[in-house]
Amino acid sequence: MAATAETVKTVKSVTDEYKHGFVTDIEVERAPRGLNEDVIRFISEKKNEPAWMLEWRLKAYRTWVERFLPASDPTWARVTYPQIDYQNAYYYAAPKTKERPKSLDEIDPALLRTYEKLGIPLKEQEMLAGVAVDAIFDSISVATTYKEKLAEMGIIFCSFSEAVQEHPELVREYLGTVVPYADNFFATLNSAAFSDGSFVYIPPGVRCPMELSTYFRINAENTGQFERTLIIADKGSYVSYLEGCTAPMRDENQLHAAVVELITLDDAEIKYSTIQNWYPGDENGKGGIYNFVTKRGACRGKYSKISWTQVETGAAITWKYPSCILQGDNSVGEFSSVAITNNYQQADTGTKMIHIGKNTRSTIISKGIAAGHGQNTYRGLVRVLPKATNARNYTQCDSLLLGDKCGAHTVPYIEVRNRTAKVEHEATTSKISDDQLFYCKQRGLSAEDAVTMIVNGFCKQVLQELPMEFAVEAQKLVGISLEGSVG
Amino acid sequence: MTTEQTPGAPYLAQFAQVKAKLPGRRLSWLKDLRQGAIERFVSLGFPTLKIEEWKYTSLSPLTKTVFGPASQEANGRAEEGLRRFLLGEQPCHRLVFVNGRHRPDLSHVGSLPAGVTITSLAAMLEAEPELLEPHFGGEDQSDGQALVALNTAFMADGAVVKLAQGAALEAPVHLIFLATTQGGPAAHHPRNLILAEPGSSAAIFESYGGVGTESYWTNVVTQVKAGRNAAIRHYKLQCEGAEAFHIAITQADLESGSSYTSFVMSMGGRLSRNEIAARLNGTGVDCRLNGVYLARDRQHMDTSTRIEHAKPGGLSREVYKGVIDGEAHAVFHGKIVVCPDAQKTDAHQLNENLLLSERARIDTKPELEIHADDVKCSHGANAGELDSEALFYLRTRGLEEERARSLLIEAFVAEMIDGVETEAVRSNLRKFVSSWLPTVANGKGAA
Repeated sequence: MAATAETVKTVKSVTDEYKHGFVTDIEVERAPRGLNEDVIRFISEKKNEPAWMLEWRLKAYRTWVERFLPASDPTWARVTYPQIDYQNAYYYAAPKTKERPKSLDEIDPALLRTYEKLGIPLKEQEMLAGVAVDAIFDSISVATTYKEKLAEMGIIFCSFSEAVQEHPELVREYLGTVVPYADNFFATLNSAAFSDGSFVYIPPGVRCPMELSTYFRINAENTGQFERTLIIADKGSYVSYLEGCTAPMRDENQLHAAVVELITLDDAEIKYSTIQNWYPGDENGKGGIYNFVTKRGACRGKYSKISWTQVETGAAITWKYPSCILQGDNSVGEFSSVAITNNYQQADTGTKMIHIGKNTRSTIISKGIAAGHGQNTYRGLVRVLPKATNARNYTQCDSLLLGDKCGAHTVPYIEVRNRTAKVEHEATTSKISDDQLFYCKQRGLSAEDAVTMIVNGFCKQVLQELPMEFAVEAQKLVGISLEGSVG
Repeated sequence: MTTEQTPGAPYLAQFAQVKAKLPGRRLSWLKDLRQGAIERFVSLGFPTLKIEEWKYTSLSPLTKTVFGPASQEANGRAEEGLRRFLLGEQPCHRLVFVNGRHRPDLSHVGSLPAGVTITSLAAMLEAEPELLEPHFGGEDQSDGQALVALNTAFMADGAVVKLAQGAALEAPVHLIFLATTQGGPAAHHPRNLILAEPGSSAAIFESYGGVGTESYWTNVVTQVKAGRNAAIRHYKLQCEGAEAFHIAITQADLESGSSYTSFVMSMGGRLSRNEIAARLNGTGVDCRLNGVYLARDRQHMDTSTRIEHAKPGGLSREVYKGVIDGEAHAVFHGKIVVCPDAQKTDAHQLNENLLLSERARIDTKPELEIHADDVKCSHGANAGELDSEALFYLRTRGLEEERARSLLIEAFVAEMIDGVETEAVRSNLRKFVSSWLPTVANGKGAA
């Protein structure tokens, strides 16, 4: 449910435009093409931001221009793409009204087939595809109800822009403390030009009663290509946050550079789940989203915990390393990932676990599946600093290859500077064995179903980490993502 | 600023001085090769941390010093330094190189079966240079290619082991490289060639050591070419002097059905790096790379291996174990590449590290790059201290703490040494391991 509705915002925005190019007939307020200080001032002004926010953006912009731009995009990841012309893009467009398709008949049949496979009811399909129905209002009213309930508990859950206005003290205290404005090429670009995103604050001792998802956030629309998310779990609190959705997401912006910062204080826990299914390009590798994301969490407090779960099936290029900085003693970091690359998709994804505090623990489970001409790389760092006595890490990276044109790569970095650390890394790469396939087919399954089933078994360890409603859809998504890779 | 940017510049000047004295100076192809190599070195410069494969090994201690050509003056230190490296009673064919040059007086090559040649590179360049020409100057993609180029420019000597088709050498070939220079840091650039024609077999053992506390630099390149169904066992002991720099690159080209078994034990030197690049160019190759690194004090020890499965049906097994004590920093970088063609590849790699002290440090990076689907590849890496339960068990049996620790470390390493097939080499390596252990047992580095 959560997943399906989350899609509303994206698919809705697409369907028409994608087919027919970027028609902008309705009043659009745009910053001029390219990025410079004036554009940043324009963005900041549009959002009515306080001076400190503008200063921060400008600081980031200057760093980006001086330090990062001359050296060009980072090249260390195993992904290739044509040089991006950063001055040939729009960095701000006000929310625009779109012409919606009048019925499902106008929707791309391929998209509809996918919905069907995901088991989305007709009514919801209409919503997802952005057909102009009233259903959309239901979701707003649902969201409003939840919002009131959350507010009662002292939970702040709003758009980032709103937080800058309403809770500047919290934003100022935490923004950029996990991912500094000068962190890396894409994070710095985001810091300068971020559009919007989510802000969550869970007060001490509060257990958030529901999974938070952008679905429930009224101003979720048009967060744009530079999303910025900040989640703070104060002492003893807990929150589970969902991002993305299973239905195919299409977007007009090719480059996405989001930044997510998580902070947990003493005894707090954040569970962050992502399903990423951006447009991956066609089967010849044309088009598709570049997803260059910086996600990082800091376990500031003792006994705090951050877990990242991700299912990455979309995007032409994924460049993403959700990380944990385990500062607090006895803090815990987890990373569970399924990454699927089919056709010409490329994924270079993994995590960083930085052990700073004593008795810190981390677990990394990564399942990479490559099919077609897909290139799938796990890149992860486990670093145990001298003070991290009794740190513990367990890493398991498995790769599955479907077809002889794809590639699966494993690049772990393990840096240990404390002898009491116990660090283990295991990785395997294999294909689906003929025996397994034969067995399934002999029981009457088609080759495609058999592969889906086996791949789902392969990913089970990760999928079961997802919140219930996500998990079911994620399983179907795995099968859909691999379509055309068998036979 | 310019001096900082080009630490390679002094070597260009040196090259101009010594090139007329290098062996094979009358061979025009070699002259061109050397000239091209030094230019290549200067343009590439010393590897820096920015190069992924050198991420954890900074050569700045090496590049701060300018190493001159090694002096060939005999100073009588060689005989004494040689003793501990000798294989004892067992028969072997021994070539000794002191300060980079062959010393026939210290060498001993026994009677050889037909088709086997064991000689020095300098002698070969005089006698039959045409045999060597095809083996130099091929395209070099190794991670340390700048240093290979430097070696090519300056190489003065080394061992050439040539095995004709079907030749089987019983006794191991023992190559000993000893540094005895005094008065200023010196560099030597040995170049070894092991050319095994189809169906031949041999065991080769390289030993590196130094006498005294001078700083010197061994920059060695060893090329192994194993023809169809050839079987090469290749052992190496790196026990250089405490202030030495040791950079070694072994390139093994393996043809169909051949087998290559390598074992490397590193324990000496201030900063050392052992790089092995094995290319499985034919089908059904059996490649095994094993080794042990023992680091303590402020040593920096880098092991870098690359196994490239280019053709189907290859098997590779790799196990490296490290013991790190004191303030030592060990690095393991093992890469397995499976090319699109190399279906039915079976590759396994393991790296285990034992950290003995507070300040010991390990950076390990096992890496898989796989472009074929019908493969079985896996790797594992771990790091930690001695198993407290095993330690406790031994203590309950009445062993003192230090003795118990020493025993466990020995067992950790012995498992690897036991896998060395050639008996003479195995017992020699054991001796070196136990000479390393007592320091640990005395608790010098152990907390």
